[in-house]
Amino acid sequence: MSPTILTVLTKELRESLRERRTLVNSLLIGPILAPLFFILILKLALSRSVAAQDELTPVTVVNADAAPNLVQQLREHSLDVRLRMGTEADIRRWIAEENELVVLNVPVSFGSRFAEGKPAAVQLYADGSDSQGGKHAMRVREALAAYSSLVGALRLQARGVSPTVVQPVVVDDVDVSTPSARATLILGMLSYVILLATLMGGLYLAIDATAGERERGSLESLLTVPVTREHLIYGKIAATTVMMLAALAIVSSSIAFSLEAIPLETFGMTANFGPSVVWRVFATVAPFSLLAAAILTVVASFTRTYKEAQSWLGIVLLVPTVPIAIAGVLAVQPQAVLMLVPSLSQHLLIQGLLRGEPLPAAWALLAAASCLVLGVALAWLAGRLYRREAILG
Amino acid sequence: MIRVEGLTRSFGAVRAVDGVGFEANDGRITGLLGPNGAGKSTTLRILYTVLRPQGGGASIDGVDVVADPLAIRRRIGVLPHGAGIYPHLSARENIAYFGRLHGIGGADLARRVEELIAELEIGDYADRRAKGFSQGERIKVALARALVHAPKNLLLDEPTNGLDVMATRALRALILRLKAAGHCILFSSHVMQEVAALCDDIVIIHKGRVVAAGTPDAIRGRFGSQNLEDAFVAAIGDVRGLE
Repeated sequence: MSPTILTVLTKELRESLRERRTLVNSLLIGPILAPLFFILILKLALSRSVAAQDELTPVTVVNADAAPNLVQQLREHSLDVRLRMGTEADIRRWIAEENELVVLNVPVSFGSRFAEGKPAAVQLYADGSDSQGGKHAMRVREALAAYSSLVGALRLQARGVSPTVVQPVVVDDVDVSTPSARATLILGMLSYVILLATLMGGLYLAIDATAGERERGSLESLLTVPVTREHLIYGKIAATTVMMLAALAIVSSSIAFSLEAIPLETFGMTANFGPSVVWRVFATVAPFSLLAAAILTVVASFTRTYKEAQSWLGIVLLVPTVPIAIAGVLAVQPQAVLMLVPSLSQHLLIQGLLRGEPLPAAWALLAAASCLVLGVALAWLAGRLYRREAILG
Repeated sequence: MIRVEGLTRSFGAVRAVDGVGFEANDGRITGLLGPNGAGKSTTLRILYTVLRPQGGGASIDGVDVVADPLAIRRRIGVLPHGAGIYPHLSARENIAYFGRLHGIGGADLARRVEELIAELEIGDYADRRAKGFSQGERIKVALARALVHAPKNLLLDEPTNGLDVMATRALRALILRLKAAGHCILFSSHVMQEVAALCDDIVIIHKGRVVAAGTPDAIRGRFGSQNLEDAFVAAIGDVRGLE
């Protein structure tokens, strides 16, 4: 490595490590807080879905005396049945003012119509605009439908007809997802968290070394030293890459640590994020950091001020989501050719690692080579940009 | 020794430098004097190789600025307009960074930085981070940085801008010491008194052209005025009269 590159690299890193704000943003907020935040949301979502399964559906039955068997059936469906008496106006008031979610009204005529074998109506009251009310009303409706088909089947049997006659189609739900694959679905966003934290690790250095240097007025002096200008910018890109690698190492370890906090097994999931996966995730994303450092540097080189650079790079941070999102919508399966697309290739490789089904090593090498070639090409472009007079701004 | 001949440079439709020519000799202080926008900075930027001329030429110690910019940069120390230093490095580190970029290292570098700290009287704040430096302290560090490779020629673009009286006097004394040491010093200014107080030779630039050049006495004599300011106004008025 040319001594100039090394001198610039050391100086840029030294400056970055001295600025607390940069350090906090690059190595703390991105790599540590982002995964923690993500894991917290994941934990919340999981505990809510478990709570929803265990939660009793409350239903208030009006005039239950008219349909004792029906009420019994609801209780057997583990609904939380309460009995009350009141008019239709009362029912509307309970829902509006007393936080009743679902009220089932049994008309006085129910018993007689039921006994005669005629359709016996009940009224189900719920506030459809309330997501809780709608959800609980659906469960009550399922219980009522089960009761209705049970009674129907009994009536057919009493008349000597097989109940299967009225069941031309039966649906069986078969869930074929393995525990690990199910976890991957939820943990799928993790690869973007990793890529984003890596990018953020180098963001401030990339801005400071280009737009910041120009804004402070030190760029012009720097350009009068007797060195090849490309070497100055290569040093800055190298420093940005080092910061990104540090952020990547921190975020990979922090995810492994945070995932420990979630008892994924209780939800029938396993997440492969042991030490060996941490190391392999690092190796997978490391080549991406050179490409990312070069992109950030090239974009920041076009901007005149720190603020302008920040707003442009904010957009650049979203770019890696695009291939991942498109592949997600199209439900793309991993293929060798996709390894040529940076960020998507890292996403697919990380998914494979999390799933416990790593993609072929040759694919990983292809992805790394693609990132490195593009990264070198962009670094060269950055060097060209630094040759132009317009770089003085 | 700096030689400039028929230098031209335009930015779009604006001819910033329009045939500037002059000489600046070793052991002398040459002042580029002119109102704002006269073309002083552009001339200096061509000399310190961040801009290329479109016509004419310039050489420093006989080396052409276009043909061999790297050789030029080794021969010159530059204080650009509004030069900034790195806020998170100390004064000493700021100077040493440029020393390393010039290829100086190890004990040589440490000795050279120590020399400059003594010479420019930076000692009191040499190891403080540059973030809170005053304008005067910043300029001194930037100047030490420009001198780290002991260049023969010095190009200073409005070095006293934003300095208070004491800092200006200290800087003047320093420039005079460098002159005594045999350096070729070219500096730009729009402040008449400064040029009058320091310069051995004056080049008055207006609208990208040299309108008068010579020693202060010669210029005063040519425009028949007692002080340099009148001569300056007369020199610029000359051009306006021709338009």
